[in-house]
Amino acid sequence: MPSRRMPVVDIALRDVPAVAATPPDRKRVLARLRLTNSSFRTLTLLASILVLVILGGVIIALIEGSLPALRQFGFGFLVSERWNPVTENFGALAPIYGTVVTSIIAMMIAVPFGLLIAVFLTELCPPWLRRPIGIAIELLAGIPSIIYGIWGLFVFAPFLQRTLQPALIDLFGPIPVLSTLFAGPPYGIGTLTAGLILAIMVLPFITSISRDVFEAVPPVLKEAAYGLGCTTWEVVRYVVIPFARVGVTGGVMLGLGRALGETMAVTFVIGNAHRISGSLLAPGTTISATIANEFTEALGDLYTSSLVALGLILFVITFFVLAIARYMLMRIERRIG
Amino acid sequence: MNLYARRRATSRVVMAMSIGATAIGLGWLVLVLGALLWNGFTSLSIAVFTEMTPPPGAAGGLLNPILGSLMMSAVAVAVGTPIGILAGTYMAEYGRYSPLSSVVRFINDILLSAPSIVVGLFIYEVVVRPMGHFSGLAGSIALAVLVIPVVVRTTEDMLLTVPKELREAATALGLPRSHVIANVSYRAARAGIITGILLAVARISGETAPLLFTALNNQFFSADMNAPLASLPVVIFQFAMSPYPEWQNLAWAGALIITFAVLALSISARALAATRNAQ
Repeated sequence: MPSRRMPVVDIALRDVPAVAATPPDRKRVLARLRLTNSSFRTLTLLASILVLVILGGVIIALIEGSLPALRQFGFGFLVSERWNPVTENFGALAPIYGTVVTSIIAMMIAVPFGLLIAVFLTELCPPWLRRPIGIAIELLAGIPSIIYGIWGLFVFAPFLQRTLQPALIDLFGPIPVLSTLFAGPPYGIGTLTAGLILAIMVLPFITSISRDVFEAVPPVLKEAAYGLGCTTWEVVRYVVIPFARVGVTGGVMLGLGRALGETMAVTFVIGNAHRISGSLLAPGTTISATIANEFTEALGDLYTSSLVALGLILFVITFFVLAIARYMLMRIERRIG
Repeated sequence: MNLYARRRATSRVVMAMSIGATAIGLGWLVLVLGALLWNGFTSLSIAVFTEMTPPPGAAGGLLNPILGSLMMSAVAVAVGTPIGILAGTYMAEYGRYSPLSSVVRFINDILLSAPSIVVGLFIYEVVVRPMGHFSGLAGSIALAVLVIPVVVRTTEDMLLTVPKELREAATALGLPRSHVIANVSYRAARAGIITGILLAVARISGETAPLLFTALNNQFFSADMNAPLASLPVVIFQFAMSPYPEWQNLAWAGALIITFAVLALSISARALAATRNAQ
């Protein structure tokens, strides 16, 4: 890159000897400029096509890698609970179940919390406090998932084992349906713990998108509602939320995409047990935790291929969730302009 | 008046809940960071930075995984950043109104939040399997695939904020588009583009899942990119899941180092963005 104060003419004629430009020189310079421009254009075009190629490559590589397993087990792979490396009999139902259940727990906690924090930040928070809290939330989003994992394993799981889990067992023991949901000894690690850690991890994403969308509500609408005598809650409920609904849904889907694919935080605390248990306190597994735990130890093509097939299922699910999220966020962006 | 009192009460309850939710959210951040600082600092010593990873039950350090992480991140940034900047340039400059840009933007946003373990599987299939062995190079490529979407996104956003009058002025002087981009757009958006690179480094420095079966791990000192290479996150995973207290302490120390690195990167990215806004 030329130095700061280089005149434009010098940039264009950089390597030309300092003699008066004759018409042939001028022609040569222009031709070179045209060539630089078109090659740079091609280069940038290729780079942006590479982004598409990466996505295509991911899909093709995963399909190709999972073919042996899909050929062997067929559609039964999706609905079978077996996972036996010794007899080479594999089914994806237990990891899929674990992925879905942990994500549901995470969203049930993170969505109300995220929305309430966004309401606080946009409606109640004094302006001087807004920036620090906003920054804290974004830092929370930046902490790598392995940190949450190690914290979950050494601090949070033992804490739950001593306090929350026995309390839940005692509380719901006499109630018919809930007693199966919270049955068994308190292991500390398990599906519930994984769901709670996921909730902490996706909370910042949901909060920051909801806050951005809430802030985009035109002040005139809110002022009009306040002018009619609405309380703060009524303004939020009948003006802010209807206006922001699409954007918030997009943010929630984005958080769901993260929760479904999150690997390390879950792998630490879920217990890696290939079974579907009625109890949320029992160890389970998720798609990503299964791959992370077993891939390097997988012997035999069928085992490896089954794990890649799990990855394919995960990718397909998250692709659609994220595509819906992006579509909704694009809609709200267009509306805000 | 009864109705009015009830409406106000409802509002107060919800607002109290939102204050409570914020307090719990922030409290949780304090709890996680507090436990990390406490356990990390009690395990931190000079040996962590000067000694190799120990065998089970012995004292040692994290020198080889720290080195491995730095090497893989450096290669990943060196590979991923130019591609990301060029792709972002196409979307914001040459192809701003072309349908291809919208497609790339959509796909890029999906790659941005796609599960990183899937990227690990992808690189395993296209790099590790043909090469026949795990390697630091494969780990770097996996990380580069994660760098690209972050850099594409920030580069495009930042170039879009450059006023079009600047480009028009340069074009009016007869500069071809490539020179306008290099001498005007890039210069105006430089701070923003560097912010994006810092964010990308922050993103990959804690990534574990894509390294598990690309770079694998290496108990010994190695700087060979063509062989399995230790990295900080993978060693933390291995050590934390082990039953040995010495290994668990090293895992905490490693977690502290990563968190500090990530926070330092994101705070400097933020500071850089702030100076840019102040201009």
